[in-house]
Amino acid sequence: MRTVFFLLMLVLARPCLALDAAAVGKLAFGDADERSAALAVLVAEGDPKMVALLEALSAGDVQTAGERVLIVKGDEATDAVTGAKVTPLPKEREDVVANNRLRREIESALSALKLLSPDRAARLAAAQALATGAEDAVLPLVKKAMAQETDPAIKPMLELIAATLELKGGTKESRIAAIRRLGDSNSPNTKTLLMALLEKDREGRFAETDEDVRAAAQASLRAVDGKLVWGEMGGLLFAGVSLGSILLLAALGLAITYGLMGVINMAHGELIMIGAYTTYVVQNLFRAHLPQAFDWYLVCALPAAFAVSALVGMVLERVVIRWLYGRPLETLLATWGISLGLIQMVRTIFGAQNVGVENPSWMSGGIQVLSNVVLPWNRVMIIAFAALVLVGMWMLLTRTRLGLFVRGVTQNREMASCVGVPTARVDTLAFGLGAGIAGLAGCALSQIGNVGPDLGQGYIVDSFMVVVFGGVGQLAGTVYAALTLGFANKFLEAWSGAVIAKIAVLVFIIIFIQRRPQGLFALKGRAAET
Amino acid sequence: MGPIATTISRLYGIRGWTALGAFAAVLFIVFPVFSLLVPPSSPFHVSQYWVTLIGKIMCYAIVALAMDLVWGYAGILSLGHGLFFALGGYAMGMHLMRQIGREGQYQSDLPDFMVFLDWKEYPWHWWNTDQFWYAMLLVVLVPGLLAYVFGYFAFRSRVKGVYFSIITQALTFAAMLLFFRNATGFGGNNGFTDFKRILGFTIATPETRMALFAITGATLIGALLLGRWLVTSRFGRVLMAIRDAEQRVAFCGYNTVNYKLFIWTLSAVLCGIAGALYVPQVGIINPSEMSPANSIEIAIWVAVGGRGTLAGALVGAGVVNGAKSFFTQAFPEYWLYVLGLAFILVTLFMPHGLVGILRKWRATA
Repeated sequence: MRTVFFLLMLVLARPCLALDAAAVGKLAFGDADERSAALAVLVAEGDPKMVALLEALSAGDVQTAGERVLIVKGDEATDAVTGAKVTPLPKEREDVVANNRLRREIESALSALKLLSPDRAARLAAAQALATGAEDAVLPLVKKAMAQETDPAIKPMLELIAATLELKGGTKESRIAAIRRLGDSNSPNTKTLLMALLEKDREGRFAETDEDVRAAAQASLRAVDGKLVWGEMGGLLFAGVSLGSILLLAALGLAITYGLMGVINMAHGELIMIGAYTTYVVQNLFRAHLPQAFDWYLVCALPAAFAVSALVGMVLERVVIRWLYGRPLETLLATWGISLGLIQMVRTIFGAQNVGVENPSWMSGGIQVLSNVVLPWNRVMIIAFAALVLVGMWMLLTRTRLGLFVRGVTQNREMASCVGVPTARVDTLAFGLGAGIAGLAGCALSQIGNVGPDLGQGYIVDSFMVVVFGGVGQLAGTVYAALTLGFANKFLEAWSGAVIAKIAVLVFIIIFIQRRPQGLFALKGRAAET
Repeated sequence: MGPIATTISRLYGIRGWTALGAFAAVLFIVFPVFSLLVPPSSPFHVSQYWVTLIGKIMCYAIVALAMDLVWGYAGILSLGHGLFFALGGYAMGMHLMRQIGREGQYQSDLPDFMVFLDWKEYPWHWWNTDQFWYAMLLVVLVPGLLAYVFGYFAFRSRVKGVYFSIITQALTFAAMLLFFRNATGFGGNNGFTDFKRILGFTIATPETRMALFAITGATLIGALLLGRWLVTSRFGRVLMAIRDAEQRVAFCGYNTVNYKLFIWTLSAVLCGIAGALYVPQVGIINPSEMSPANSIEIAIWVAVGGRGTLAGALVGAGVVNGAKSFFTQAFPEYWLYVLGLAFILVTLFMPHGLVGILRKWRATA
């Protein structure tokens, strides 16, 4: 054991004596090719003094005095080969200028050297830097780092970098071997790399001329695809649920005001927008007065958003909507007018530009489930939040006195009034509840998208589509509709692009409504006739 | 009295015809004389700004008229009429784009945006659009066919009321997204602009503009008379009966679907024609014309003027758009408040619009 340790010490200590003088000389005086070759020699040695030399070279601090190569910082100079101080400073010196090619190679080499650092963060950063473009010279270093790397996040990156380098240069055999090794990977980046080999240019010629290489790439691509397909499906499912939950949040308030009460509220989107702006205000208050508790501003913003939107909703119901019950088209126009006023009001107060709402730190980042699936925390939170709001609303409607009154009034207003339900006040409260839920949606949406005066306009068509598609008056229908539309949108998006997917879904709903005007879930019995 | 005289007296009384005659005289005599013959230095000169503005508002008035026919007389509130207007405009725009010839930025046979997309030839839907008659056919057929197919399925499945409004809104929203795409072949975001000539005439000269102005005025008067003729006929009576009690009309043996479908398609065609007149005068067409907000604004023109009175639609389009061009220049930040308040106050306090107030005032006076 001791002998091994001693030998190891010896190996590690050996290069510390001095740099290869010939290589340093070539680096300073040689032509372009010689300098690259010298760099490769130096890099292979892996001496810490070399790091100082390379950093100086890329900073333009290397000068030559006769045959000697100096690193000059201010008035002090050290010999690049021995590391000894040089005093006094020689008078006749010339700058060593690194051209772009050499600069690139030096950057690459410096990153590659950091791959051997004991600090995990430094290694990760170095690997990420190299992944965007590494120079051929660092290949031996990357291989060396690969052999001793144990971190599961960094090792596959190194393998990919090494394979990329081997693919670029090298013999046919070594390239095919590299491609075969790539076939074992399960990283989506591998796929991009392999696809590049199979690309054709404008005239239909393959970029890669060797047929065997192409065949190997094809086989590896299939293998990688096989591993990635589950991740892709999973990612798609998650995206579908995520979009579905956003649609659900936007539509839940409408399910009460339109679905249960029959009020066409075109200002629904603006109530969402008000919720988002309330969140913005609460965030600013926390930043100004309680910066230490900034991470928890959402706890305060949620009830505030609910309260502000509910209040605005109740005022609207009292002042405008109350007088238009039973005249849906007039309600539509009047609430549209309200929405225009609210948009302009927000523009006057907060400006026409989008405002910045910051995620609390516990919401940033995500969970890595598979190599190609990351679930961002804010999306996960929104799904959970949508479920929570749904359960809360359902409890409120079915388990409380107010819920009982709301259902009673919507089913038979006269009879409810006869048995003493204050129908006018129930209307106001129910509308306030719907508006408040829109406010909660706004608070949630502020965490994943832009907050601006036009925020609500983007959701109004979508949320009406969800409610109408699900069947008016059906809470369960709204949930199914939101999830169905979320999935449909995301799955179509995967093969047709976002805009076409959106258009296809809209056209589908239009056709669906024409075939089945009552929506997915029709009210049964007499209510369906009216 | 002969049948023609009967029809004339059926459409309007003495006072109505006089008003219409005065309106026509202003459009066809006063405007051309004061714009073309009176020199610009004179205080009586009517500038290009006013010719364009009034021409634009007359296009809107045709749309309002079309909207009033379906909403005021058949009870169908469309939130997608902007789509038909824009489709007519795009059909005209395609022809005008081809009239530019090689005078674009890139001196190519293709419009600039196609050169920009690196396209080598016209896509299929631009076929034959260099022929004026074909473009005019598209102006009528595209909105008409779309409205016919859409209306056929909607009315047959008895989609009505708010449901119908919401799906028309979804329709125009979907179309807007489609036209925003560059790959659709209609210039994407920017749409069509920089037109040079129409039927060989340079589009920017005062004479061409005045001709377009006069054609728009003639179309507006024609549309008004056609609408008036329809709503005072037997057909119009059935239509209003459908608006007030559709089931009873159906039980009386009328096929309500056909009545609604006819007026709906006619309305869309009128919008398409208005759009085609609008584009050469304003000089631009882009997908924002299809935005749901634009379509809903059409409804407020009609509501302000007074639903179910064709003259009201014209008055409403004039008043609201006049106010719009005043406010967006003088107090841009207040325009949305004014428009929003108009929506609320008109629905709450003026169910019959300006014309209703006028009638009430005349009845009491």
